[in-house]
Amino acid sequence: MSALAAAKISSGEAQDCAAEAIHVENLHKKFGQLHVLKGVSLSARDGEVIAIIGGSGSGKSTLLRCINCLENPTSGIIRVNGEEIKLKADSHGHTIPADRRQIERIRSKLGMVFQNFNLWSHMTLIENVIEVPVHVLGVKRDEAVAQAEKLLARVGLAEKRDVYPAYLSGGQQQRAAIARALAINPRVMLFDEPTSALDPELVGEVLKVIGDLAREGRTMVLVTHEMKFAREVATHVVYLYNGLVEEEGPPEQIFGAPKSERLKQFIRNIG
Amino acid sequence: MPADRASNPGATLIESFLPASAAGIVELLSPAPVGWGGTLLLGLMHSLEIAVGATIVGLLIGTWGAYGKLYGGPVVRDLFAVYTTVVRAVPELVLILLLYYAGTDLINQVLTAMGYQRVDISGLVAGIAVLGFVQGAYSTEVIRGAILAIPQGQIEAARAFGMSPGLLLRRITLPAMLPFAIPGLANLWLIATKDTALLAVVGFFELTLATRQAAGVTKAYLVFFLAAGVLYLCVTLVSNFLLGRAEKWARRGMPSIKEAR
Repeated sequence: MSALAAAKISSGEAQDCAAEAIHVENLHKKFGQLHVLKGVSLSARDGEVIAIIGGSGSGKSTLLRCINCLENPTSGIIRVNGEEIKLKADSHGHTIPADRRQIERIRSKLGMVFQNFNLWSHMTLIENVIEVPVHVLGVKRDEAVAQAEKLLARVGLAEKRDVYPAYLSGGQQQRAAIARALAINPRVMLFDEPTSALDPELVGEVLKVIGDLAREGRTMVLVTHEMKFAREVATHVVYLYNGLVEEEGPPEQIFGAPKSERLKQFIRNIG
Repeated sequence: MPADRASNPGATLIESFLPASAAGIVELLSPAPVGWGGTLLLGLMHSLEIAVGATIVGLLIGTWGAYGKLYGGPVVRDLFAVYTTVVRAVPELVLILLLYYAGTDLINQVLTAMGYQRVDISGLVAGIAVLGFVQGAYSTEVIRGAILAIPQGQIEAARAFGMSPGLLLRRITLPAMLPFAIPGLANLWLIATKDTALLAVVGFFELTLATRQAAGVTKAYLVFFLAAGVLYLCVTLVSNFLLGRAEKWARRGMPSIKEAR
Protein backbone atom coordinates (compact mmCIF):
# COMPACT_ATOMS: atom_id res chain seq x y z
CA MET A 1 0.00 0.00 0.00
CA SER A 2 1.40 3.38 -0.97
CA ALA A 3 2.06 6.12 1.54
CA LEU A 4 -0.61 8.20 -0.12
CA ALA A 5 -3.22 5.49 0.30
CA ALA A 6 -2.23 5.09 3.94
CA ALA A 7 -2.51 8.81 4.46
CA LYS A 8 -5.92 8.72 2.83
CA ILE A 9 -7.14 6.02 5.16
CA SER A 10 -5.86 7.79 8.25
CA SER A 11 -7.53 11.00 7.12
CA GLY A 12 -10.65 8.96 6.47
CA GLU A 13 -10.61 7.72 10.05
CA ALA A 14 -10.12 11.24 11.31
CA GLN A 15 -13.01 12.41 9.14
CA ASP A 16 -15.77 11.78 11.61
CA CYS A 17 -14.47 14.28 14.10
CA ALA A 18 -13.16 16.80 11.51
CA ALA A 19 -15.27 19.92 11.06
CA GLU A 20 -17.40 20.22 7.96
CA ALA A 21 -15.82 22.87 5.72
CA ILE A 22 -18.43 22.76 3.00
CA HIS A 23 -21.97 21.53 3.21
CA VAL A 24 -24.34 21.63 0.27
CA GLU A 25 -27.88 20.39 0.65
CA ASN A 26 -30.57 19.83 -1.96
CA LEU A 27 -29.10 22.37 -4.36
CA HIS A 28 -31.13 23.34 -7.42
CA LYS A 29 -29.96 25.56 -10.25
CA LYS A 30 -32.02 26.61 -13.25
CA PHE A 31 -30.77 28.69 -16.16
CA GLY A 32 -34.13 29.84 -17.53
CA GLN A 33 -35.88 26.65 -18.60
CA LEU A 34 -32.73 24.58 -18.24
CA HIS A 35 -32.67 22.64 -14.97
CA VAL A 36 -28.95 22.03 -14.44
CA LEU A 37 -28.84 20.90 -10.81
CA LYS A 38 -31.82 18.96 -9.51
CA GLY A 39 -31.18 18.60 -5.83
CA VAL A 40 -27.51 17.86 -5.19
CA SER A 41 -25.99 17.39 -1.76
CA LEU A 42 -22.28 17.43 -1.02
CA SER A 43 -20.10 17.60 2.03
CA ALA A 44 -16.39 18.24 2.50
CA ARG A 45 -14.80 17.81 5.92
CA ASP A 46 -11.41 19.24 6.79
CA GLY A 47 -8.65 17.33 5.03
CA GLU A 48 -10.95 15.68 2.52
CA VAL A 49 -10.37 15.83 -1.21
CA ILE A 50 -13.69 15.62 -3.03
CA ALA A 51 -13.49 14.85 -6.74
CA ILE A 52 -16.58 15.67 -8.78
CA ILE A 53 -16.71 13.75 -12.03
CA GLY A 54 -19.33 13.45 -14.71
CA GLY A 55 -20.01 13.94 -18.38
CA SER A 56 -20.33 17.22 -20.21
CA GLY A 57 -23.46 19.06 -19.07
CA SER A 58 -23.82 16.97 -15.91
CA GLY A 59 -23.69 20.15 -13.82
CA LYS A 60 -20.35 19.53 -12.12
CA SER A 61 -18.87 22.97 -12.85
CA THR A 62 -22.15 24.65 -11.96
CA LEU A 63 -22.15 22.82 -8.62
CA LEU A 64 -18.63 24.05 -7.84
CA ARG A 65 -19.47 27.61 -8.91
CA CYS A 66 -22.55 27.64 -6.71
CA ILE A 67 -20.42 26.97 -3.62
CA ASN A 68 -18.99 30.50 -3.74
CA CYS A 69 -22.04 31.99 -5.46
CA LEU A 70 -20.33 32.71 -8.77
CA GLU A 71 -23.59 31.14 -9.91
CA ASN A 72 -26.49 31.89 -7.64
CA PRO A 73 -28.34 28.69 -6.76
CA THR A 74 -32.05 28.64 -7.45
CA SER A 75 -32.71 26.95 -4.14
CA GLY A 76 -30.89 24.88 -1.54
CA ILE A 77 -28.59 25.30 1.42
CA ILE A 78 -24.87 26.08 1.25
CA ARG A 79 -22.78 26.23 4.41
CA VAL A 80 -19.11 27.20 4.40
CA ASN A 81 -17.30 26.78 7.72
CA GLY A 82 -20.65 26.13 9.31
CA GLU A 83 -21.95 29.52 8.16
CA GLU A 84 -24.99 29.35 5.93
CA ILE A 85 -24.97 31.67 2.89
CA LYS A 86 -27.98 33.92 3.22
CA LEU A 87 -29.98 34.02 0.00
CA LYS A 88 -32.94 36.13 -1.04
CA ALA A 89 -35.11 36.60 -4.09
CA ASP A 90 -34.58 39.74 -6.17
CA SER A 91 -37.32 41.64 -7.99
CA HIS A 92 -37.20 39.19 -10.92
CA GLY A 93 -37.53 36.17 -8.66
CA HIS A 94 -33.86 35.19 -9.09
CA THR A 95 -32.07 34.03 -5.97
CA ILE A 96 -29.16 36.28 -5.03
CA PRO A 97 -26.95 36.56 -1.93
CA ALA A 98 -28.81 38.56 0.70
CA ASP A 99 -25.70 39.98 2.35
CA ARG A 100 -22.95 41.16 0.05
CA ARG A 101 -20.40 41.43 2.86
CA GLN A 102 -21.13 37.90 4.02
CA ILE A 103 -20.61 36.47 0.56
CA GLU A 104 -17.39 38.49 0.13
CA ARG A 105 -16.10 37.21 3.48
CA ILE A 106 -16.93 33.62 2.57
CA ARG A 107 -15.39 33.94 -0.89
CA SER A 108 -12.14 35.22 0.61
CA LYS A 109 -11.80 31.86 2.41
CA LEU A 110 -12.26 29.79 -0.73
CA GLY A 111 -9.32 29.56 -3.11
CA MET A 112 -10.74 29.18 -6.58
CA VAL A 113 -8.70 27.89 -9.53
CA PHE A 114 -10.34 28.25 -12.94
CA GLN A 115 -10.19 26.26 -16.13
CA ASN A 116 -8.85 29.30 -18.00
CA PHE A 117 -6.50 30.47 -15.22
CA ASN A 118 -8.04 33.99 -15.18
CA LEU A 119 -4.88 35.68 -13.95
CA TRP A 120 -5.13 39.47 -14.01
CA SER A 121 -3.31 40.38 -17.20
CA HIS A 122 -2.22 43.88 -16.11
CA MET A 123 -0.31 42.51 -13.11
CA THR A 124 2.93 40.55 -12.89
CA LEU A 125 2.82 37.16 -11.17
CA ILE A 126 3.92 38.53 -7.81
CA GLU A 127 1.30 41.31 -8.09
CA ASN A 128 -1.35 38.71 -8.92
CA VAL A 129 -0.45 36.69 -5.86
CA ILE A 130 -0.34 39.59 -3.37
CA GLU A 131 -3.44 41.34 -4.76
CA VAL A 132 -6.07 39.65 -2.61
CA PRO A 133 -4.00 39.39 0.60
CA VAL A 134 -3.13 43.11 0.43
CA HIS A 135 -6.37 44.62 -0.81
CA VAL A 136 -9.03 42.23 0.50
CA LEU A 137 -7.49 40.68 3.60
CA GLY A 138 -5.45 43.70 4.70
CA VAL A 139 -2.08 41.92 4.96
CA LYS A 140 0.93 44.27 5.01
CA ARG A 141 2.54 44.53 1.61
CA ASP A 142 6.03 43.32 2.54
CA GLU A 143 4.58 40.36 4.43
CA ALA A 144 2.40 39.51 1.46
CA VAL A 145 5.36 39.76 -0.92
CA ALA A 146 7.49 37.45 1.26
CA GLN A 147 4.62 34.95 1.42
CA ALA A 148 4.00 35.23 -2.32
CA GLU A 149 7.66 34.58 -3.12
CA LYS A 150 7.51 31.38 -1.08
CA LEU A 151 4.35 30.28 -2.87
CA LEU A 152 5.75 31.06 -6.32
CA ALA A 153 8.92 29.12 -5.41
CA ARG A 154 6.74 26.25 -4.28
CA VAL A 155 4.97 26.02 -7.64
CA GLY A 156 8.33 26.37 -9.40
CA LEU A 157 7.89 29.94 -10.65
CA ALA A 158 10.27 31.88 -8.38
CA GLU A 159 12.23 33.34 -11.27
CA LYS A 160 9.04 34.42 -13.09
CA ARG A 161 7.86 36.73 -10.31
CA ASP A 162 8.03 39.91 -12.42
CA VAL A 163 6.68 38.43 -15.64
CA TYR A 164 3.20 39.21 -16.95
CA PRO A 165 0.87 36.22 -17.39
CA ALA A 166 0.60 36.60 -21.18
CA TYR A 167 4.28 35.69 -21.51
CA LEU A 168 3.87 32.32 -19.79
CA SER A 169 2.72 28.89 -20.92
CA GLY A 170 -0.69 27.60 -19.85
CA GLY A 171 0.87 25.27 -17.31
CA GLN A 172 2.89 28.09 -15.79
CA GLN A 173 -0.16 30.32 -15.68
CA GLN A 174 -2.21 27.65 -13.96
CA ARG A 175 0.53 27.03 -11.39
CA ALA A 176 0.63 30.79 -10.72
CA ALA A 177 -3.16 30.75 -10.36
CA ILE A 178 -2.81 28.01 -7.75
CA ALA A 179 -0.24 30.16 -5.90
CA ARG A 180 -2.70 33.07 -6.04
CA ALA A 181 -5.42 30.90 -4.51
CA LEU A 182 -3.06 29.59 -1.82
CA ALA A 183 -2.03 33.13 -0.89
CA ILE A 184 -5.35 33.78 0.82
CA ASN A 185 -4.64 30.79 3.08
CA PRO A 186 -7.96 29.27 2.04
CA ARG A 187 -10.07 26.98 4.15
CA VAL A 188 -10.96 25.06 0.99
CA MET A 189 -9.44 25.02 -2.48
CA LEU A 190 -11.92 24.83 -5.34
CA PHE A 191 -10.61 23.55 -8.68
CA ASP A 192 -12.80 23.95 -11.75
CA GLU A 193 -11.35 21.60 -14.38
CA PRO A 194 -7.84 22.98 -13.80
CA THR A 195 -6.19 21.00 -16.59
CA SER A 196 -8.89 21.05 -19.28
CA ALA A 197 -7.47 24.06 -21.12
CA LEU A 198 -3.89 22.77 -21.11
CA ASP A 199 -1.84 21.05 -23.77
CA PRO A 200 -1.39 17.38 -22.85
CA GLU A 201 2.30 17.75 -22.07
CA LEU A 202 1.57 20.56 -19.58
CA VAL A 203 -1.09 18.66 -17.61
CA GLY A 204 1.46 16.73 -15.54
CA GLU A 205 3.17 19.75 -13.98
CA VAL A 206 -0.17 21.17 -12.79
CA LEU A 207 -1.43 17.83 -11.48
CA LYS A 208 1.81 17.42 -9.54
CA VAL A 209 1.22 20.72 -7.72
CA ILE A 210 -2.40 19.80 -6.95
CA GLY A 211 -1.36 16.31 -5.85
CA ASP A 212 1.20 17.78 -3.43
CA LEU A 213 -1.52 19.94 -1.90
CA ALA A 214 -3.75 16.89 -1.46
CA ARG A 215 -0.94 14.95 0.18
CA GLU A 216 -0.35 17.66 2.76
CA GLY A 217 -3.97 17.40 3.80
CA ARG A 218 -5.51 20.47 2.23
CA THR A 219 -9.28 20.43 1.90
CA MET A 220 -10.20 20.51 -1.76
CA VAL A 221 -13.15 20.19 -4.07
CA LEU A 222 -11.97 19.26 -7.53
CA VAL A 223 -13.97 19.09 -10.74
CA THR A 224 -11.90 17.06 -13.16
CA HIS A 225 -11.76 14.89 -16.24
CA GLU A 226 -8.49 13.28 -15.10
CA MET A 227 -9.85 9.98 -13.77
CA LYS A 228 -6.48 8.48 -12.93
CA PHE A 229 -5.61 11.59 -10.95
CA ALA A 230 -8.97 11.64 -9.17
CA ARG A 231 -8.46 8.04 -8.17
CA GLU A 232 -5.01 8.87 -6.78
CA VAL A 233 -5.73 11.97 -4.75
CA ALA A 234 -9.43 11.95 -3.87
CA THR A 235 -10.78 10.71 -0.57
CA HIS A 236 -14.31 10.79 -1.91
CA VAL A 237 -15.62 10.77 -5.47
CA VAL A 238 -18.99 12.13 -6.56
CA TYR A 239 -20.36 11.11 -9.95
CA LEU A 240 -22.94 13.54 -11.31
CA TYR A 241 -25.31 12.57 -14.04
CA ASN A 242 -27.86 14.97 -15.49
CA GLY A 243 -27.92 17.24 -12.45
CA LEU A 244 -28.14 14.52 -9.81
CA VAL A 245 -25.63 12.53 -7.78
CA GLU A 246 -25.76 9.16 -9.50
CA GLU A 247 -23.21 7.49 -7.29
CA GLU A 248 -20.62 8.50 -4.70
CA GLY A 249 -18.10 6.83 -2.50
CA PRO A 250 -14.39 6.24 -1.96
CA PRO A 251 -12.35 6.14 -5.18
CA GLU A 252 -11.66 2.40 -4.90
CA GLN A 253 -15.39 1.73 -5.01
CA ILE A 254 -16.26 4.31 -7.68
CA PHE A 255 -13.50 3.27 -10.06
CA GLY A 256 -13.02 -0.33 -8.93
CA ALA A 257 -16.56 -1.55 -8.35
CA PRO A 258 -19.07 0.94 -9.76
CA LYS A 259 -22.69 -0.03 -9.18
CA SER A 260 -24.57 2.28 -11.53
CA GLU A 261 -24.72 1.29 -15.21
CA ARG A 262 -24.18 4.91 -16.26
CA LEU A 263 -21.05 5.22 -14.13
CA LYS A 264 -19.72 1.93 -15.52
CA GLN A 265 -20.25 3.19 -19.03
CA PHE A 266 -18.75 6.61 -18.18
CA ILE A 267 -15.59 5.02 -16.80
CA ARG A 268 -15.35 2.69 -19.81
CA ASN A 269 -15.67 5.60 -22.24
CA ILE A 270 -13.31 7.98 -20.52
CA GLY A 271 -10.72 5.40 -19.41
CA MET B 1 14.11 76.49 -64.99
CA PRO B 2 16.28 78.84 -62.85
CA ALA B 3 15.73 78.65 -59.12
CA ASP B 4 15.13 82.37 -58.53
CA ARG B 5 12.37 82.50 -61.13
CA ALA B 6 10.72 79.53 -59.46
CA SER B 7 10.84 81.01 -55.98
CA ASN B 8 9.91 84.57 -56.93
CA PRO B 9 6.28 83.96 -57.83
CA GLY B 10 5.89 82.11 -54.52
CA ALA B 11 7.32 84.98 -52.56
CA THR B 12 5.06 87.49 -54.26
CA LEU B 13 2.13 85.21 -53.59
CA ILE B 14 2.90 85.13 -49.87
CA GLU B 15 3.41 88.90 -49.77
CA SER B 16 0.11 89.43 -51.48
CA PHE B 17 -1.60 87.47 -48.71
CA LEU B 18 0.30 89.03 -45.85
CA PRO B 19 -0.14 92.70 -45.04
CA ALA B 20 3.10 92.69 -43.09
CA SER B 21 6.68 91.72 -43.72
CA ALA B 22 8.44 88.87 -41.94
CA ALA B 23 9.65 91.24 -39.24
CA GLY B 24 6.11 92.53 -38.90
CA ILE B 25 4.81 88.99 -38.38
CA VAL B 26 7.25 88.41 -35.54
CA GLU B 27 6.16 91.68 -33.99
CA LEU B 28 2.48 90.79 -34.35
CA LEU B 29 2.97 87.43 -32.68
CA SER B 30 5.34 88.59 -29.94
CA PRO B 31 4.00 87.95 -26.44
CA ALA B 32 4.99 91.47 -25.31
CA PRO B 33 2.42 94.27 -25.75
CA VAL B 34 2.00 95.65 -29.26
CA GLY B 35 2.24 91.99 -30.27
CA TRP B 36 -0.78 89.68 -29.76
CA GLY B 37 1.13 86.52 -28.88
CA GLY B 38 0.29 86.89 -25.21
CA THR B 39 -3.41 87.15 -26.02
CA LEU B 40 -3.24 84.00 -28.09
CA LEU B 41 -1.36 82.10 -25.37
CA LEU B 42 -3.89 83.23 -22.76
CA GLY B 43 -6.66 81.98 -25.02
CA LEU B 44 -4.81 78.68 -25.45
CA MET B 45 -4.47 78.34 -21.70
CA HIS B 46 -8.22 78.89 -21.27
CA SER B 47 -8.91 76.35 -24.00
CA LEU B 48 -6.72 73.79 -22.26
CA GLU B 49 -8.36 74.48 -18.90
CA ILE B 50 -11.76 73.81 -20.43
CA ALA B 51 -10.54 70.74 -22.30
CA VAL B 52 -8.87 69.21 -19.24
CA GLY B 53 -11.84 69.98 -17.01
CA ALA B 54 -14.36 68.70 -19.55
CA THR B 55 -12.37 65.52 -20.12
CA ILE B 56 -12.20 64.81 -16.38
CA VAL B 57 -15.94 65.44 -16.00
CA GLY B 58 -16.54 63.34 -19.10
CA LEU B 59 -14.44 60.45 -17.76
CA LEU B 60 -16.30 60.47 -14.45
CA ILE B 61 -19.69 60.54 -16.17
CA GLY B 62 -18.43 57.97 -18.67
CA THR B 63 -17.27 55.52 -16.00
CA TRP B 64 -20.56 55.82 -14.11
CA GLY B 65 -22.47 55.66 -17.36
CA ALA B 66 -20.68 52.55 -18.58
CA TYR B 67 -21.21 50.83 -15.22
CA GLY B 68 -24.82 51.93 -15.15
CA LYS B 69 -25.48 50.70 -18.66
CA LEU B 70 -23.73 47.37 -18.09
CA TYR B 71 -24.68 46.47 -14.53
CA GLY B 72 -27.47 48.88 -13.56
CA GLY B 73 -31.13 48.12 -13.07
CA PRO B 74 -33.68 48.82 -15.82
CA VAL B 75 -34.32 52.42 -14.71
CA VAL B 76 -30.63 53.33 -14.56
CA ARG B 77 -30.01 51.67 -17.91
CA ASP B 78 -32.87 53.55 -19.55
CA LEU B 79 -31.75 56.88 -18.10
CA PHE B 80 -28.24 56.44 -19.45
CA ALA B 81 -29.59 55.22 -22.79
CA VAL B 82 -31.66 58.42 -23.13
CA TYR B 83 -28.66 60.52 -22.09
CA THR B 84 -26.20 59.00 -24.54
CA THR B 85 -28.73 58.95 -27.39
CA VAL B 86 -29.87 62.55 -26.99
CA VAL B 87 -26.43 64.02 -26.45
CA ARG B 88 -24.95 62.15 -29.39
CA ALA B 89 -27.93 62.99 -31.63
CA VAL B 90 -27.98 66.79 -31.14
CA PRO B 91 -25.21 68.93 -32.69
CA GLU B 92 -22.74 70.01 -30.05
CA LEU B 93 -23.12 73.67 -30.93
CA VAL B 94 -26.86 73.46 -30.30
CA LEU B 95 -26.26 71.68 -27.00
CA ILE B 96 -23.71 74.28 -25.97
CA LEU B 97 -26.07 77.15 -26.74
CA LEU B 98 -28.95 75.37 -25.06
CA LEU B 99 -27.09 74.31 -21.92
CA TYR B 100 -25.10 77.51 -21.62
CA TYR B 101 -27.99 79.96 -21.85
CA ALA B 102 -30.89 77.80 -20.70
CA GLY B 103 -28.76 76.05 -18.07
CA THR B 104 -27.49 79.20 -16.38
CA ASP B 105 -30.96 80.73 -16.64
CA LEU B 106 -32.52 77.66 -15.06
CA ILE B 107 -30.04 77.68 -12.17
CA ASN B 108 -30.74 81.35 -11.50
CA GLN B 109 -34.51 80.87 -11.69
CA VAL B 110 -34.26 78.04 -9.19
CA LEU B 111 -32.06 80.17 -6.94
CA THR B 112 -34.42 83.18 -7.04
CA ALA B 113 -37.42 80.92 -6.48
CA MET B 114 -35.69 79.57 -3.39
CA GLY B 115 -35.00 83.11 -2.24
CA TYR B 116 -31.30 83.28 -3.03
CA GLN B 117 -29.38 85.89 -4.97
CA ARG B 118 -28.76 85.33 -8.65
CA VAL B 119 -25.23 84.14 -9.29
CA ASP B 120 -22.91 84.92 -12.13
CA ILE B 121 -21.80 81.58 -13.45
CA SER B 122 -18.25 81.86 -14.72
CA GLY B 123 -17.62 80.99 -18.33
CA LEU B 124 -14.99 78.50 -17.25
CA VAL B 125 -17.32 76.52 -15.01
CA ALA B 126 -20.16 76.66 -17.51
CA GLY B 127 -17.83 75.63 -20.33
CA ILE B 128 -16.43 72.68 -18.40
CA ALA B 129 -19.92 71.59 -17.36
CA VAL B 130 -21.36 71.84 -20.87
CA LEU B 131 -18.48 70.16 -22.71
CA GLY B 132 -18.07 67.62 -19.90
CA PHE B 133 -21.72 66.70 -20.27
CA VAL B 134 -21.22 66.13 -23.99
CA GLN B 135 -17.93 64.25 -23.48
CA GLY B 136 -19.57 62.06 -20.87
CA ALA B 137 -21.99 60.62 -23.41
CA TYR B 138 -19.22 59.62 -25.81
CA SER B 139 -16.96 58.40 -22.97
CA THR B 140 -19.79 56.20 -21.69
CA GLU B 141 -19.82 54.28 -24.94
CA VAL B 142 -16.02 54.08 -25.26
CA ILE B 143 -15.63 52.80 -21.69
CA ARG B 144 -18.60 50.45 -22.01
CA GLY B 145 -16.99 48.88 -25.06
CA ALA B 146 -13.63 48.64 -23.28
CA ILE B 147 -15.16 46.92 -20.25
CA LEU B 148 -16.86 44.44 -22.58
CA ALA B 149 -13.46 43.69 -24.13
CA ILE B 150 -11.94 42.59 -20.79
CA PRO B 151 -11.77 38.79 -20.62
CA GLN B 152 -14.71 38.24 -18.25
CA GLY B 153 -12.83 35.51 -16.39
CA GLN B 154 -10.59 38.17 -14.85
CA ILE B 155 -13.60 39.95 -13.36
CA GLU B 156 -15.03 36.62 -12.24
CA ALA B 157 -11.73 35.76 -10.52
CA ALA B 158 -11.86 39.05 -8.62
CA ARG B 159 -15.40 38.28 -7.47
CA ALA B 160 -14.40 34.74 -6.54
CA PHE B 161 -11.72 36.10 -4.19
CA GLY B 162 -14.16 38.32 -2.35
CA MET B 163 -13.45 41.73 -3.86
CA SER B 164 -16.13 44.32 -3.17
CA PRO B 165 -17.60 46.10 -6.23
CA GLY B 166 -15.63 49.29 -5.48
CA LEU B 167 -12.33 47.45 -5.10
CA LEU B 168 -13.04 45.40 -8.21
CA LEU B 169 -13.65 48.59 -10.22
CA ARG B 170 -10.49 50.27 -8.95
CA ARG B 171 -8.09 47.33 -9.00
CA ILE B 172 -9.31 45.19 -11.88
CA THR B 173 -11.95 46.67 -14.18
CA LEU B 174 -10.45 50.15 -14.72
CA PRO B 175 -6.82 49.06 -15.28
CA ALA B 176 -7.88 46.08 -17.38
CA MET B 177 -10.18 48.11 -19.64
CA LEU B 178 -7.63 50.91 -20.10
CA PRO B 179 -5.71 49.38 -23.04
CA PHE B 180 -9.00 49.00 -24.91
CA ALA B 181 -10.27 52.46 -23.96
CA ILE B 182 -7.21 54.63 -24.54
CA PRO B 183 -7.45 54.90 -28.35
CA GLY B 184 -11.09 55.97 -28.10
CA LEU B 185 -10.52 58.25 -25.13
CA ALA B 186 -7.52 59.81 -26.89
CA ASN B 187 -9.85 60.69 -29.77
CA LEU B 188 -12.26 62.26 -27.33
CA TRP B 189 -9.50 64.30 -25.70
CA LEU B 190 -8.37 65.67 -29.08
CA ILE B 191 -11.97 66.46 -29.97
CA ALA B 192 -12.36 68.19 -26.60
CA THR B 193 -9.36 70.44 -27.22
CA LYS B 194 -10.97 71.62 -30.44
CA ASP B 195 -14.56 71.70 -29.19
CA THR B 196 -13.46 74.47 -26.86
CA ALA B 197 -13.56 76.64 -29.99
CA LEU B 198 -17.35 76.24 -30.00
CA LEU B 199 -17.46 78.16 -26.73
CA ALA B 200 -16.35 81.24 -28.66
CA VAL B 201 -19.99 81.60 -29.75
CA VAL B 202 -21.07 82.16 -26.17
CA GLY B 203 -18.31 84.69 -25.69
CA PHE B 204 -15.88 82.59 -23.68
CA PHE B 205 -12.37 83.85 -24.16
CA GLU B 206 -10.51 80.89 -25.55
CA LEU B 207 -8.01 80.48 -28.37
CA THR B 208 -10.42 80.93 -31.28
CA LEU B 209 -12.03 84.05 -29.81
CA ALA B 210 -8.59 85.44 -28.93
CA THR B 211 -7.50 84.83 -32.50
CA ARG B 212 -10.57 86.55 -33.89
CA GLN B 213 -9.92 89.57 -31.71
CA ALA B 214 -6.27 89.77 -32.66
CA ALA B 215 -7.03 89.30 -36.33
CA GLY B 216 -9.92 91.75 -36.24
CA VAL B 217 -7.85 94.51 -34.70
CA THR B 218 -4.72 94.03 -36.84
CA LYS B 219 -6.46 92.75 -39.99
CA ALA B 220 -3.71 90.11 -40.18
CA TYR B 221 -6.24 87.28 -40.52
CA LEU B 222 -3.96 84.77 -42.16
CA VAL B 223 -1.13 85.28 -39.67
CA PHE B 224 -3.31 84.84 -36.62
CA PHE B 225 -5.47 81.99 -37.84
CA LEU B 226 -2.38 80.16 -39.07
CA ALA B 227 -0.76 80.81 -35.67
CA ALA B 228 -3.86 79.45 -33.92
CA GLY B 229 -3.76 76.42 -36.20
CA VAL B 230 -0.13 75.83 -35.26
CA LEU B 231 -1.00 76.09 -31.56
CA TYR B 232 -3.83 73.54 -31.95
CA LEU B 233 -1.42 71.33 -33.87
CA CYS B 234 1.17 71.60 -31.09
CA VAL B 235 -1.45 70.57 -28.54
CA THR B 236 -2.23 67.54 -30.67
CA LEU B 237 1.43 66.60 -31.13
CA VAL B 238 2.20 66.83 -27.42
CA SER B 239 -1.02 64.91 -26.67
CA ASN B 240 -0.09 62.19 -29.14
CA PHE B 241 3.29 61.79 -27.50
CA LEU B 242 1.85 61.57 -23.98
CA LEU B 243 -1.05 59.35 -25.00
CA GLY B 244 1.33 57.03 -26.81
CA ARG B 245 3.31 56.63 -23.59
CA ALA B 246 0.11 56.10 -21.63
CA GLU B 247 -1.09 53.44 -24.05
CA LYS B 248 2.23 51.65 -23.89
CA TRP B 249 2.01 51.65 -20.10
CA ALA B 250 -1.59 50.45 -20.11
CA ARG B 251 -0.67 47.58 -22.44
CA ARG B 252 2.27 46.54 -20.23
CA GLY B 253 0.91 43.04 -19.68
CA MET B 254 0.15 42.42 -23.33
CA PRO B 255 2.64 41.02 -25.81
CA SER B 256 3.39 43.30 -28.75
CA ILE B 257 1.09 42.60 -31.67
CA LYS B 258 4.01 43.01 -34.05
CA GLU B 259 5.14 39.51 -33.19
CA ALA B 260 1.68 38.15 -34.00
CA ARG B 261 1.57 39.78 -37.42
